[in-house]
Parts: sequence; structure tokens; C-alpha cells
Amino acid sequence: MSEYNKPLPQPSKTSRPFWDAAKRHELMLQRCEACAQFIYYPRARCPHCFSDRLVWRKCSGKGTLYSFTVVHRPATRLFADGPYVLAIVELEEGPRMTTNIAAPADQLKVDMPVTVFFDDVTPQCTLVKFKPA
Amino acid sequence: MSLKGKAAAIGIGELKPYREPTDDSALDLMAAVAAEAIADAGLEKKDIDGLLVGMASADPGMIYPSAIGELFDLRPRMLNVLDIGGASGAGMIWRAAAAIDAGMCRAVLCLTADLNRMGRRRPPMISLMYEFEAPYGAIGANCSYALIAQRHMAKYGTRPEQMAKVAVDQRRNALANPLAFFNDTPLTIDDVLNSRYICEPLHLFEIVSPMSGGAAVVVASPEVALRSKHSPVWLIGAGEGSDRCSVSYAPDITESAVKGAADAAFKMAGVDRKDIDLVCPYDCYTITVLVTLEDAGFCKKGQGGPFAMDHDLTFSGDFPCNTHGGQLSFGQPGLAGGMSHVTEGIRQLMGRGEQRQVRNARLAYVNGNGGIMSEQVSLILERVS
Ligand SMILES: [Zn+2]
Repeated sequence: MSEYNKPLPQPSKTSRPFWDAAKRHELMLQRCEACAQFIYYPRARCPHCFSDRLVWRKCSGKGTLYSFTVVHRPATRLFADGPYVLAIVELEEGPRMTTNIAAPADQLKVDMPVTVFFDDVTPQCTLVKFKPA
Repeated sequence: MSLKGKAAAIGIGELKPYREPTDDSALDLMAAVAAEAIADAGLEKKDIDGLLVGMASADPGMIYPSAIGELFDLRPRMLNVLDIGGASGAGMIWRAAAAIDAGMCRAVLCLTADLNRMGRRRPPMISLMYEFEAPYGAIGANCSYALIAQRHMAKYGTRPEQMAKVAVDQRRNALANPLAFFNDTPLTIDDVLNSRYICEPLHLFEIVSPMSGGAAVVVASPEVALRSKHSPVWLIGAGEGSDRCSVSYAPDITESAVKGAADAAFKMAGVDRKDIDLVCPYDCYTITVLVTLEDAGFCKKGQGGPFAMDHDLTFSGDFPCNTHGGQLSFGQPGLAGGMSHVTEGIRQLMGRGEQRQVRNARLAYVNGNGGIMSEQVSLILERVS
């Protein structure tokens, strides 16, 4: 088995709960207690109202495919192991995420429903990805 | 408060972009275009008392402007780096005018140059980008603009051939520009659509090519402009804005802060879209031009594709657009790629467009775009006479 050599997240104090949840195969986002909005990526303060009353909540993992591209020629050799689908998913809870879709491009359509899955790319790290619902 | 007519562009310097590696450093190229722009303005180096510079990715560092100033033995009374990506060149122009209007200086050198780094690593993005983007392969700009194009196509029915038309018409402009890199081979819509996908739906010929090169502009006070060599080109409108860094968090990825920037620029200038004689919108990709023309108000939102098809975007056409070829055909020498839209607007209004001169050009709209349509600067330039 070849070693995984693509970039991996280096969690910070603020983001570690997100990556720890991913490792447990849960999608957790911060929700602001002051303005009741979910946020992504993790932050120390709510970008909408600047409150620091942010609480981690489990999300449904359901969303829609906001946009996607099949990357044929990646900007770095680290991703040169074949075309991949880079996407933006809009979560049911509101925020959008940069992610990958595991499906052939001819099965993809903008705004189609997608659902989360967890890709254990290394023993230490799990990435949050999506597939058609 | 307004910057209308408070300063003018009076001199330009620009290198023909080149792709192959040489012994040049980015600083060598800065010196070349700085000297050319100052001479073109009819000034001497000692007349330059302001310096705005873009950092070269090939030679980055801290305390940048004083290092560049020392290199040329300048004595600037205002100096700064501008770091808003491809919008930096356009952003320098209104900042120069603002500094002049505030009495801080009288003649500002706006300077950009870079080397084609041939796939070498660029300076790292801030940690957030690396943590939530890079693990999924969201690296570089190509994939992000492809995401914009995909949703634009789905939402508005924009067609691949409509995007390709931008590259095709701009190539016709480049064929008349000796400074453009791709100035010897015509391009057809089929050529574009048959070029390979880089990031679907974007084809190779819809994407800028990195180059080495440089561009500089001298912006001066009205008193200094009076003794310039060429007709001064006045800044009469400017606007700027940003609404995201990563494309994933844009309010709507088919829209951009061009809208606010252009509205502000037109309001300051007191002119209408229909008064504009040529447009110079930043074109890192074909889709960038469509979104910019829509958001700048030259056509209805979502109608950029049909607009490109229905108009002749060449220098002799009914809607002259990027008459230097755009960066798609001119080449993208780092931040000097963005400055090429500014220099072309100035060149045309000075009446120095030679075989690609837009007849009776009096008003130009210039747009600078940084990152993933993240930073926007709109300028309106006028030739008075
Ligand atoms: Zn809040």
C-alpha cells in the first residue's frame, strides 16, 4: 500500500473538535448561541455577530452540490494520481464546505442532493467528503 | 470627498512577457519598467516622491518598498506594498491619487514585475486555506474559477462557446499588439473547445499562461501632469471591494464585489456605462470576463455569455474589450498581468494604440481582480481635450 502524501490538516485549538469528530465519523460544526447560525470553517468568534458563544453541534450530513469541477491537471503533483472531483457542498444547516465528491462526473449535477461520508486517509486523519444521496 | 480629476496617469513602462527562464531577477525587471515609465512621463527619477509596489512571488520579503526604493535610490515620501492579488495594479492607481490629493506626494511610481516560476512553489497561503482547502485538492486558482464557471453555466445557461468567444476576440486584439506574447497565431472557438480540459469546464485556452515581465505607471498631480510628455489620462472614478477569500465562502459564487466597485466608480465619475469607449476587465479566465461585465453593469446579470456572442470585442468592434489581447493572449507576468489592463487603458486614451487604436477613445473602464474574484478594483479613466 502506497503512503498517503497529500496535504493534511494541522488542527489548531479552534479547529481540533471538527477533525476529532470527523475521526469518529461525525460531522460537527460550531453553532452560534447568540445568532443561532451554524458556521464553517471553525473560528474563535462567530463571523456573523462576533459572539464567542460557539457550541459544537452534530450536523445531518445532508446537503446539495453547490458547484463542482473535475480536476484533470492539478496545480501540484501531489494530486496527480488521476482526475478528482473538487466541489463546494451547501450543508442543510447553511454553511458551505470545500470537499470532494466520490462519483463519476457524468452522475453529477449542480444542486443535486449529496450526503456525507468519512474518508480515513491516514490512521490519524479523516477527511469529510460527500457522495450522491 | 472624491478623487475625480485629482491625479493623472502620465507615463507607462511595460515589458513584452516571456516564458523561458533567463538570468533576470524580478528586481531587474522592476528597474527596467520603472526607468521606462519615468522617462515616458517626461520626469526624472528625483521627481518621484511616492512608491507603490507589488511583491514579486519570485523575490518576496518584508520591508519591501524601502528595499525597492533603495534599489533605485528613490526618496519616497509615501511608500507601501499592495497585496490584493491581480487587483493590486488597479488598486495602486487610486491609492496614488488619494495620496496626491492628500498632499503627501506629487508623483507616484506604481510598480509590478515578476518571473515565471515554472511550477515552483508560490508563497504559502495563510493556514486557514491550507487546513480546509488543500487536503481536498483545492490548490491554485484554476479549480476555483472552474467552480464559478460550472455554477454560472447551470444557473444561467452559459455555454462553453460563449466563454470561448472572449478568448477568440481577445486573440484578434493580440495579433495587433507587438507586446503580446501570443501575437502570431489566430484562435477559433473550435481551437478553444478542442484544447484539453484543465479543470472542467475550463479548457487550456481559457486559462492565462504565467510569464516573466513587468509594468509600471506614473501617477501625478495636476501641476506635474501639466509638464508631462503625453496627454495626461485622468482618474475620474474609482471603487474597490472584497466579499471573500476562498470561493467556497462567497455569498454567491456567480457574483462578485465588482458590482459595488463599479457602481462606486461610475458614481464618482458621473458617467454612464454607455459613455465608455473601451473596457479592460481582468481576464485570468474567460469566465472572469463574463462575470465582470455582468457585475459592472454592461449587461444583465447572467447574460454575459450571450453578450459576448452578440458583440465584437475587438479594437475595431462595437464593444472593444482588452484591446491588448487580455492576459489570456498578452500573458500573465505575476501582478504585472493585472497592471496590463491599466497600461492598455492609458495607452488607448493617450492615442498610442497604433494599429489597434480605438477611434476617438475618451473613456475607459478598467477592472482589477485578485484571488478568486476576491478583491475588485474598478477605475474610470478619461482623456480630456
Ligand atoms: Zn453569531
